[in-house]
Amino acid sequence: MSAISCRRLCKTFRQGEEVIIGLDQVDLDVEEGSFVCLSGPSGSGKTTLLNAMGGLDTPDEGEITVGQYRVDQLSKSELADMRLHSIGFVFQAYNLIPVLSARENVEFVMQVQGVPAAERGVRVREVLAEVGLQGLEGRLPGEMSGGQQQRVAVARAIANQPALVLADEPTANLDTRSAAQLMDLFVSLNRDLGITFVIATHDTRVMNYARRLIRMRDGKIVSDERQQPQAMAQ
Amino acid sequence: MAVPLRVIGTLAWRNLWRNHRRTLIMLLAIAIGVWAMIFMSALMRGMTDEMIDNGLHNLPGEVQIHALRYRADPSVVNSMALPSGALAKALQQAPVQAWSARVRVPAVIASERDSRGVTLLGVDPATEALLGAWPEEIVQGRFLQDEHDRGLVIGMKLAQKLQTGLGKRVVLMSQDPGNDVADWGMRVVGIYRARLESTEEQFVYAGRSLVQQKLGIGAQVSEIAVTARDYRGVPLWYPQLASAAGETLEVMPWTELDSFLATYLSVQDGFSLIFMVVVFLVLSFGLVNTLAMAVFERVREIGLMQALGMPPTMIIGQLLLESLYLLLLGLALGNLLALLSIKPLESGIDISSVAQGMEMMGMGSILYPVLSVQDMLMSTAVVIVLGLLASLLPAWRAARLDPVRALNTI
Repeated sequence: MSAISCRRLCKTFRQGEEVIIGLDQVDLDVEEGSFVCLSGPSGSGKTTLLNAMGGLDTPDEGEITVGQYRVDQLSKSELADMRLHSIGFVFQAYNLIPVLSARENVEFVMQVQGVPAAERGVRVREVLAEVGLQGLEGRLPGEMSGGQQQRVAVARAIANQPALVLADEPTANLDTRSAAQLMDLFVSLNRDLGITFVIATHDTRVMNYARRLIRMRDGKIVSDERQQPQAMAQ
Repeated sequence: MAVPLRVIGTLAWRNLWRNHRRTLIMLLAIAIGVWAMIFMSALMRGMTDEMIDNGLHNLPGEVQIHALRYRADPSVVNSMALPSGALAKALQQAPVQAWSARVRVPAVIASERDSRGVTLLGVDPATEALLGAWPEEIVQGRFLQDEHDRGLVIGMKLAQKLQTGLGKRVVLMSQDPGNDVADWGMRVVGIYRARLESTEEQFVYAGRSLVQQKLGIGAQVSEIAVTARDYRGVPLWYPQLASAAGETLEVMPWTELDSFLATYLSVQDGFSLIFMVVVFLVLSFGLVNTLAMAVFERVREIGLMQALGMPPTMIIGQLLLESLYLLLLGLALGNLLALLSIKPLESGIDISSVAQGMEMMGMGSILYPVLSVQDMLMSTAVVIVLGLLASLLPAWRAARLDPVRALNTI
């Protein structure tokens, strides 16, 4: 069964007089529980595709379905509701809320969802343990390393037990060791919890982890390969 | 709802203190604005209270009861009996504090040199004292001792006009119930000074029983003046009095008896509100700027919260709550400042340097600021309502940010 289905997706951007093609007739199916990397040079359309899947950006044309949602037909508030309940996001620049501690950042999405405090407490402890951040719960983002911050972001992304995690260049600001630890974490979450991962990256080390590697150029999918994942050399 | 409120409450509070200096400056501006609103209102209320108290002193009372046709024809023909039954009972009940039955007729007073038209008041000094309707200052002689007193008390200005004085005899003439002229001689036993010369010239005081006897009206009176010592609360209690008085009597509040004073009061109240709104409109520019800067600095965070699925209403709620915290802190500080600055002044501010001008407005030379809970509540309401309205625009714009662009903001 498809976790994500895209049909003839098109998206253009205007930059002054120039029209830039973000997505050009993209057709794609991502199966549930898969571990997919979108790769390609800057401007190839991978982030645009990821944003369209996450309902952060709407395509000009085409259909896109995520789980039971027809993303291209949802209103802004329905998209927000879908992101809140069904998708976990991990961004390049950690993107934690600076006034909240690690624990509170992880708890944030569940609080917005209205999950009771007791349940939140248990879940936050579990996910922080899963990402290896026990003992750092009370630290503010500014008091943690880049790797630790990205782990908090991952913990936040999986805290509400989403079926899908979308990660945009998650290792771009991490050193090799931290990047490897993060990717190992993604793999274990994919394997153990069955979460579908779609990762946009141009880091070849990250691509090695993917079981499916999709290459993009000028808004088009130029190759779509199944591969044997390999661990990152540390 | 409690959980999202808690999370946006936490975010709003912590975000408020991310830029301490900016928050403290805005807090100080709001506090000074609130203080200015309350302080000015206290001065204006003090002025208004004194003007209306003086006006009601001459009226007198906050409510008056007359025979139905008395106001059209204030002669003894339109007099009434002393209160009895339901009316007498109503006059003994709270909030009525005092009342006085008086004979009030137009009369002519003549000395050996001149004559003048005046208002003759036949009063019972005991009840007049309770009503607070005494002449303010007896400068010569004495005031009436009881309702049977045979003397006459006139104003200083009238004495000058009539070229008469203490101990001199004057003649009073008025119309009796048979439409004949009743006249009788009286000796001046006291001369009073009032704030307004027109009062000194207009009113002469005699014992009620004596006036009733001279006019041949038995125990009839012209008016009953009633006070509850709260001119603003009159609309709440005078209808009960009107109901007890029945259809043969007319019960009127001071706002109808003296429409100038009533208009003045509503104009002053309107000025207070306009002043508050103007002060806060100026402040609201600062508030909007503060919030707009806060949003501008946090575009990326707001984009993140949108990306994570925080609904636009919660983003608006968080920013409004941030504004509300600022407003509440400013209000608390402003109210405290007002309390600390007005309380020591409640014993009076000497404005004698401008007193002559103020006397023309019915005021004395000491201004007593009045710190009113109503004014504090009014300024609180103005600050919160206008503050939140002013904050709506930056909050709404934040909620409409495009998450992708916001996340890519450097």
